Amino acid sequence: MTYILQQILNALQLGSIYALIALGYTMVYGILTMINFAHGDLFMVGAFFCFLIAVYLQLPFLPTLMLTMFGVACLGVLIERMAYKPLRAAPRVSAIITALGVGLFLENFTLALSPYPKNIPPLLADKTWMIGSVTISSLQIIIIALSVSLMLILDFIVQRTKAGMAMRAISWDKTIVPLMGVPVNKIISLTFAIGTGLGGAAGMMYGLAYPVIDPYMGIMVGWKAFISAVVGGIGNVRGAMIGGFILGTVEILVAAFFPSTYRDFVAFTLLLILLIFRPYGILGRPSPQKV
Amino acid sequence: MADFYKNILERWQNISTHRFFWPVFFAAGLAFSIVASAFDILDLYLQLILIYVGINIILTVSLNLVNGYMGEFSIGHAGFMAIGAYTASLLTVNVFPAGALNYLFPLAIIAGGVAASVIGLIVAIPSFKTRGDYLAIVTLAFGMIVKSGLENIEVIGGPRGFLGMSKLTTLPWVFFWTVLSVWIIRNLVYSKFGRGVLSIREDEIASDLMSVNTRQVKIIAFVVSSFFAGVAGGLFAHALQFINPRMFDIIKSTDILIMVYLGGIASIAGSIIGAVIYTILLEILRPLGIWRMVLMPLMLVLLMIYRPRGIMGMREARFFVPLRDLLAAKLWKQKNKEAPDASA
Repeated sequence: MTYILQQILNALQLGSIYALIALGYTMVYGILTMINFAHGDLFMVGAFFCFLIAVYLQLPFLPTLMLTMFGVACLGVLIERMAYKPLRAAPRVSAIITALGVGLFLENFTLALSPYPKNIPPLLADKTWMIGSVTISSLQIIIIALSVSLMLILDFIVQRTKAGMAMRAISWDKTIVPLMGVPVNKIISLTFAIGTGLGGAAGMMYGLAYPVIDPYMGIMVGWKAFISAVVGGIGNVRGAMIGGFILGTVEILVAAFFPSTYRDFVAFTLLLILLIFRPYGILGRPSPQKV
Repeated sequence: MADFYKNILERWQNISTHRFFWPVFFAAGLAFSIVASAFDILDLYLQLILIYVGINIILTVSLNLVNGYMGEFSIGHAGFMAIGAYTASLLTVNVFPAGALNYLFPLAIIAGGVAASVIGLIVAIPSFKTRGDYLAIVTLAFGMIVKSGLENIEVIGGPRGFLGMSKLTTLPWVFFWTVLSVWIIRNLVYSKFGRGVLSIREDEIASDLMSVNTRQVKIIAFVVSSFFAGVAGGLFAHALQFINPRMFDIIKSTDILIMVYLGGIASIAGSIIGAVIYTILLEILRPLGIWRMVLMPLMLVLLMIYRPRGIMGMREARFFVPLRDLLAAKLWKQKNKEAPDASA
């Protein structure tokens, strides 16, 4: 029993990180119907920003988080402006290929600058508590709490604010909404800023939870987050959160009961099975094709 | 001076559309590759690069069938390559008698292709139930499953990889397989079936209404594409004599995608150009070390922004187009010249 409780805690930690990254995928997809394959690498850049800030500026936890999110968001907007915006009218595939290219560029550029894996110094005094026989570390609590609060803030922005309404409107219809006076470019940039900022935050938390960071860490985590977004129904913000937690739970449970090398195998197989029976994800709705 | 080049171009077009062009090209290429590998005209490094060029051409042309001609988006090509590589290697190392390997090698390659296409069928049947980005997601997951699955099978070396293949992939074999796959896919594209493939890219619902069995066409195209990926995998394994699951991960799939889109979608000549340029450029830029891996994606992004259809996107070299199609295009042009109103 304690073993299972312990694993559920781990699952929540991993799931909240996946969910944060999945939000970036799903927001960009919702607004541009484009899969931003560079998002996983922005997550990695977030971990490296956190490393740089923690080592060279030696700031405490919260300012580091703010700076990391801000830096990654700026990078995200820069990428959107320079690489994706010229392609908005081009075939969708060109944008996807560009995103793959940007992702590879970020990976290899980081690798060229820092060939060896880095260690993020602990930013928080790590305390552990025992509740019954379940061990809880302060880091775990902070990661889960922070992710959940970031998600609540995002949900508030998307559902309750004017900018959020504009985002939802653009993802609903791209031809009429600009005519209504919605500044499409600004809203798209804002979406990228929020999405990549959350990815940066996830990068930092991942870096704190699993301290060794390397330039290729974004690939696997990024793909898994993408899969979470798909499982939840891509384009759906709440779906992405649910999907992240589902994937995190599945992975941890597989690792708990099978050899841990089977983790990716089972996770992806489950995804395939889910897609066969429910191709639009848990919260997604099938969109009928218009002729 | 311009006249001179125009003259040469015209003459080349005449030669390249001649009906003996392909047989002569094939015979000459095969003869050259046999001589070159037998008498050390090309040093081994150059030969290896040519072998890689050939393998990459097979991969690019076959992926172009799905991503370019059919307009779907598959990103798991390296997974099929892995299945072909492992199947062929297992056959040559464990099953076939060592004495007759040279003769049985094509059989191993075909077996690799068949294995890959069977898996391709299993992937295709569920994933073409829906449309759009879901094929991308399914093939992505498939690529990960293959890599992760191979890493967990201890019998074939697990994550350490599999070795013991003898160097059976020679230049003539690669040339043969490359020409064969280009030839088959070219014929497929210009056949009745190929028209169906093209119509799916242009408008799936319309082609459905025109009585194209879209689901069947999609599945067959996908299976053919995975067959050649498996063939390329078998050749790759016996050129390198060592394979491990990490060689066939998402980075390899991305490489193939880059070659397809660099050369241009829906163009066989483009795929060949893309594969040749990309493979050779990577070799030339080797002295740059890691920075070459920074430069390549940057080039891809710039290419997509300034020339989103690639070098040859949606165009074809004349010698790949059947004569009847050339003639039809010519007539169409003439007709439009005479009566410009009719073109609308």
